[in-house]
Amino acid sequence: MAEAAVHSEHRAPYRGWVRWVYSTNHKDIGTLYLIFAIIAGCIGGFLSVMMRMELSEPGVQIFTGLAQMVYGMDPGAAEAGGRSMYNAFTSAHGMIMIFFMVMPALIGGFGNWMVPIMIGAPDMAFPRMNNISFWLLPPALTLLIISMFVPSAPGAYGVGGGWTIYPPLSTTGQPGPAMDLAILSLHIAGASSILGAINFITTIFNMRAPGMTLHKMPLFAWSVLVTAFLLLLSLPVLAGGITMLLTDRNFGTTFFEPSGGGDPILFQHLFWFFAHPEVYILILPGFGIISHIVSTFSKKPVFGYLGMAYAMVAIGVVGFVVWAHHMFTTGISLDTQRYFVFATMVIAVPTGVKIFSWIATMWGGSITLRTPMLWAIAFIFLFTIGGVTGVQLANAGFDRSVHDTYYVVAHFHYVMSLGSVFAIFAGWYYWFPKMSGYMYNSVIARAHFWVTFIGVNLVFFPQHFLGLAGMPRRYIDYPDAFAGWNHISSIGSYISAFGLLIFLFGVAEAFAKKRVAGASPWGEGATTLEWQLPSPPPYHQWEQLPRIK
Amino acid sequence: MKRAMRKFLAGLGAISVLATSASAYAAQPVEWEMNFQPAATGIMHQITWFEHYTLWFIGPIVLLVFALLVYCIIKFRASVNPTASRTSHNTLIEVIWTVGPVLILLFIAVPSFQLLTAQYTPEEEAKITVKASANQWNWDYEYQTADTAEPLSFNSAVLHDEDRADAGKEDRALYPRLLAVDHEMVVPVNTMVRVLVTATDVIHAFAMPSFGIKVDAVPGRTNETWFNAQKEGIFYGQCSELCGQDHAFMPIAIRVVSQQQYDKWFAAAKTDVDAADKALMAEVDKPNSNKVAAAGN
Repeated sequence: MAEAAVHSEHRAPYRGWVRWVYSTNHKDIGTLYLIFAIIAGCIGGFLSVMMRMELSEPGVQIFTGLAQMVYGMDPGAAEAGGRSMYNAFTSAHGMIMIFFMVMPALIGGFGNWMVPIMIGAPDMAFPRMNNISFWLLPPALTLLIISMFVPSAPGAYGVGGGWTIYPPLSTTGQPGPAMDLAILSLHIAGASSILGAINFITTIFNMRAPGMTLHKMPLFAWSVLVTAFLLLLSLPVLAGGITMLLTDRNFGTTFFEPSGGGDPILFQHLFWFFAHPEVYILILPGFGIISHIVSTFSKKPVFGYLGMAYAMVAIGVVGFVVWAHHMFTTGISLDTQRYFVFATMVIAVPTGVKIFSWIATMWGGSITLRTPMLWAIAFIFLFTIGGVTGVQLANAGFDRSVHDTYYVVAHFHYVMSLGSVFAIFAGWYYWFPKMSGYMYNSVIARAHFWVTFIGVNLVFFPQHFLGLAGMPRRYIDYPDAFAGWNHISSIGSYISAFGLLIFLFGVAEAFAKKRVAGASPWGEGATTLEWQLPSPPPYHQWEQLPRIK
Repeated sequence: MKRAMRKFLAGLGAISVLATSASAYAAQPVEWEMNFQPAATGIMHQITWFEHYTLWFIGPIVLLVFALLVYCIIKFRASVNPTASRTSHNTLIEVIWTVGPVLILLFIAVPSFQLLTAQYTPEEEAKITVKASANQWNWDYEYQTADTAEPLSFNSAVLHDEDRADAGKEDRALYPRLLAVDHEMVVPVNTMVRVLVTATDVIHAFAMPSFGIKVDAVPGRTNETWFNAQKEGIFYGQCSELCGQDHAFMPIAIRVVSQQQYDKWFAAAKTDVDAADKALMAEVDKPNSNKVAAAGN
């Protein structure tokens, strides 16, 4: 069947910028998403390295100077301005990494590229909507970046409210236009994601090849389907919440303003009703990618396929009813806390099913440790570490002590920065030969892996200790006793940044050397449909639909 | 394999015991701290116990996953095992790894709910109520007493280096940078203290790690927490909800003293907090004293 699909058009109908800007082709749009995610990841990574440089020693090292340099402040004002600038950096780092790096890479990038191919569809259901889904993102990112250079609070620039933008700090606390720009940025990025989600749901429900029932569908497509539902149901709540924020700021409403009968905690409920599903949105597509990679390089079908698919569904469903575990210290009642402790713990069960099923997939397999497999195995281990600290944090009684400390920072970076990001790189090294047609240099790719692995663990493992010892998060300066672990953490950040350079070099090297990858470079273990197409796939695939037995 | 595991677990236990005992008697926060600050209340003792208890579950789980991964990589590498099995189902093992975690969660949940309930069940009525109002970027403490004519209230802000000499707080071990304040909240030892927490501008959080308490200070709301400090000394915490530019510079300091010292301080503080603090410090701050129970937060 593969041969039949190949004879059609091989080339894009348009050349140059028209091809990309006007594109309705899922593979071109996927490529745009991936390039966008790499750029955003470099910006977000730069912000984090600046923060770690600041935190490498007690006292304020670089932000006073940065504020003078970037905002042109005089030395007196720059001291206070620098402290605000640090908050702007933490906020922008979070928003960029979540909305403009991980989501575009996993859903827009790999989702767009691989979901239609894997389910045997010629393209996405709504190709032109796909175009606008992507092209909403660059203006959204631009607004967010502009927000870093316009006033927020008196004597401060950039949104300094964290990615959580809790009022009143995000309303009366920062009257300047920076917050409005950030809110608009989130609105546009949210619209982009909702459109993308509608597109994926329609594509997966209606455009599967003959014979491909939902229960035969590859797990990556399953993961994107669940993710799309989470996006569709949670993002409107964020949109509502931040619209109320916007009217509180500009039109005199008092939804979150106690003096007008409003309640700041209401925003936190709305925000986390979105943001908790959001963190699963960031990891679920990664789960799908890891399943394929583990199966491919063990030369075995995924163990417990149905359990794997429905574990993701379960995680998605339960993910909607655990939001207030982010709010254990806000004063919610004892019974509320009891419920959210219980519900949160439940999530550990389907997550455990996934971890053990990946290991069972490896069990009895014929394992080759190619580069994608290295990232995938590291993912399983590091995600387990982030997962078990999550089980601890689910307990409100314990969370009381570590809430808003570096323990939480360590936990969510283990599942995000060492989880989602490792899944992204695993997917990158797995599908890069398919998408580009070229094979990368595996020595460079392995160097990238080991440097990153050592770097990120050095960054985040010591942060567990800082959190237990009581160091609060979002602090530009800390008591001298925390200096040791902070210094280690900063060194890890420089190593990770070097890893990112190796990654970029490896990509450039692959395109320069043009080693032909071939249709299926990973051998017999790679059984999903994308490996039946040539690399790169033709501009339009599956003109004759594949039949699944 | 099994023996090595047992050996490792024993080692883990020894390390955790060592770490606890080392920190429990430290008068100073140690650099390279890897654990909670020493507990000064019953609740914090329970939280510390619970944290160590959960480590006995999560540590072995991580080690198990690590061991299984390593075993797979070595035992099933392509050069040793060229033909992969085709097994993709085993109902028994799937039931085991679903029910197993449920049981583990039950073992965690029972003490967890007990701990949570204990945090909301003070053993007795509060003898002292202090209202802590957070501002950008300092705290107002107001002692609520029967004597409404003369309520005691004062502001507590971070101690700047240039004010150390005037305040008599030049001992940086006792009054660490970013933790020391100009006026500490003073409470008597072994006394139930209720803290009413609110804010006047944006959300802050009142946190005292060695007491095991943390509660958000939300404008328009009053949250309540309580503690019963078992040790005398000076204890430090820091604002724990992002509140703007000087979030890192609004520490919380609580000085726990004897009832008699407290009474004296309270009477004097109504007229002059500065003088009352100095008089109290002259009594309790002895050079090289071991009273800094939790500095370094």
